[in-house]
Amino acid sequence: MNENGTASSRLARVLRSGQMAVTSECGPPRGSDPSAIREKGRLIKDYVDAVNVTDNQTAMTRMCSLAACIHLKQEGIEPVLQMVTRDRNRVALQSDILGAASFNIPNMLCLSGDHQSFGDCPQGQNVHDLDSMQLVQTACHMRDEGKFLGGDEIKRPPAIFVGAAANPFADPFEIRIPRLAKKIACGAQFIQTQCIYNIDKFKEWMRRACDRGLSEKAFIMAGMTPMKSVGMAKYMKNKVPGMDVPDEIIRRLGSVDKKKQAQEGIEICIEHIQELAQVDGVAGFHIMAIEWEEKVPEIVERAGLFTRPVV
Amino acid sequence: MIIARKKPVEEIITEIDPYDRILILGCNECVTVCEAGGKKEVEILASALTLHYQARGKAKTFGKATLERQCDREYLEEIRGRIHNYDAVLSLACGVGVQFAAETYTATPLLPGVDTVCLGANEERGLWTERCQACGSCVLARTGGICPVSRCAKRVMNGPCGGSANGKCELGPDTDCAWQLIIDRLKALGRLEDYEQVAPIKDWSTDRAGGPRTITREDIQL
Ligand code: SF4
Ligand code: SF4
Repeated sequence: MNENGTASSRLARVLRSGQMAVTSECGPPRGSDPSAIREKGRLIKDYVDAVNVTDNQTAMTRMCSLAACIHLKQEGIEPVLQMVTRDRNRVALQSDILGAASFNIPNMLCLSGDHQSFGDCPQGQNVHDLDSMQLVQTACHMRDEGKFLGGDEIKRPPAIFVGAAANPFADPFEIRIPRLAKKIACGAQFIQTQCIYNIDKFKEWMRRACDRGLSEKAFIMAGMTPMKSVGMAKYMKNKVPGMDVPDEIIRRLGSVDKKKQAQEGIEICIEHIQELAQVDGVAGFHIMAIEWEEKVPEIVERAGLFTRPVV
Repeated sequence: MIIARKKPVEEIITEIDPYDRILILGCNECVTVCEAGGKKEVEILASALTLHYQARGKAKTFGKATLERQCDREYLEEIRGRIHNYDAVLSLACGVGVQFAAETYTATPLLPGVDTVCLGANEERGLWTERCQACGSCVLARTGGICPVSRCAKRVMNGPCGGSANGKCELGPDTDCAWQLIIDRLKALGRLEDYEQVAPIKDWSTDRAGGPRTITREDIQL
């Protein structure tokens, strides 16, 4: 495990201490008023170790992730800067990494990003100069070599804890583990997974990751998203690529009264966290309560992940 | 092969409207094969435009010619004797042909009659698909002969991205995930372990990013 950049990151310190880490996620606003993101941050501040800030998620134009990270930081919350390769070339990506480092933003998560045809600028040009793995390499290169991709020296290189995403359920199945191995070989120090609903399949993936020693090379955090309704569960099953929602979850949500489905979704989420906390290789949880941040404290508390350790 | 698509006739009419004598100039190569700008298309377009202007009571002359290649000066010379008879040329060649004709005949407006789309293959009658974006530094040896630059919507070099599902791209069920194809191919070749080699950060300077590209072959120059 590459320990570079881990001193400045609270998230890294919790993970290294062997305790379950907890992250959550905030989407920046579609406007310039920062009060909403600050408010979301305040709600979950004491319940998580760090908060991911999405980067124009689903290709919808939003306040930039870096600015929103700074707002969170000013609230005393540790941000994880998400960066997609869709919108910026290697010049802009490296420049943003330095900008983030100048504010001592200690974590970043490297992604390719949804295709722009799903967002508000479908006629736009995409960039994809690097891919997500190459962005991981770039960030690590800047930090560890103290150099830009072009070879020039960086004054005060970034000290960042670098992560990547993994989807244990996407196709093709035979490369799920090789792909994770590749991301880790590129330098990813932590991995946040896609939302997990199919617990058995996740356990199988995790077992294979452990067998290859990957859980020793990077911290693997299980992604959790509470379902708000049976409608959401069906939507995720049928419409969101790479999402594996077993029928059993849909049946369970559908079996309770409409008004109680949201609470049932929370119950399922808590049960899953408790079950996965026992699984070898799971180093923490990434709770993505999309526009439902107020529920994060309840989930964290009732799942037995409160209080957050002091590190 | 270069694949082009016929421009909507309304757009062509807007382009040629200011001119009275128009030469419709086809090309015998790629645009003939993809049925967008060969001799047959020149004939059809000439008749359609003649009828259109007759109905509007306007007299326009449409000349017709189809060259062996418009991307070759030698063949472009063939119209030198008659181009002065026209106010404009509507070229049905790809963008290369249109530009080369415009460079050869600087006094005559050159208008594009097709949209040049991609470098592609003819999969079956009436179906052409993109295969290459001429990035100038081919990676096919590493990707099982399937191009991630032109066939992956995000041109990821170490894919698939998180959006691949059931072998299809996140763009939707009409698009194969290039990386699914690459994985399948590597598997069939018994080379799946190749996938774990991290693709080097690509040098795009040989691509469009490096500016217009030229190829000089001194060994064959006259
Ligand atoms: S890698 Fe480049 S040259 Fe090779 S097929 Fe793809 S776009 Fe064309
Ligand atoms: S789904 Fe496949 S083809 Fe589509 S963008 Fe992702 S990797 Fe590329």
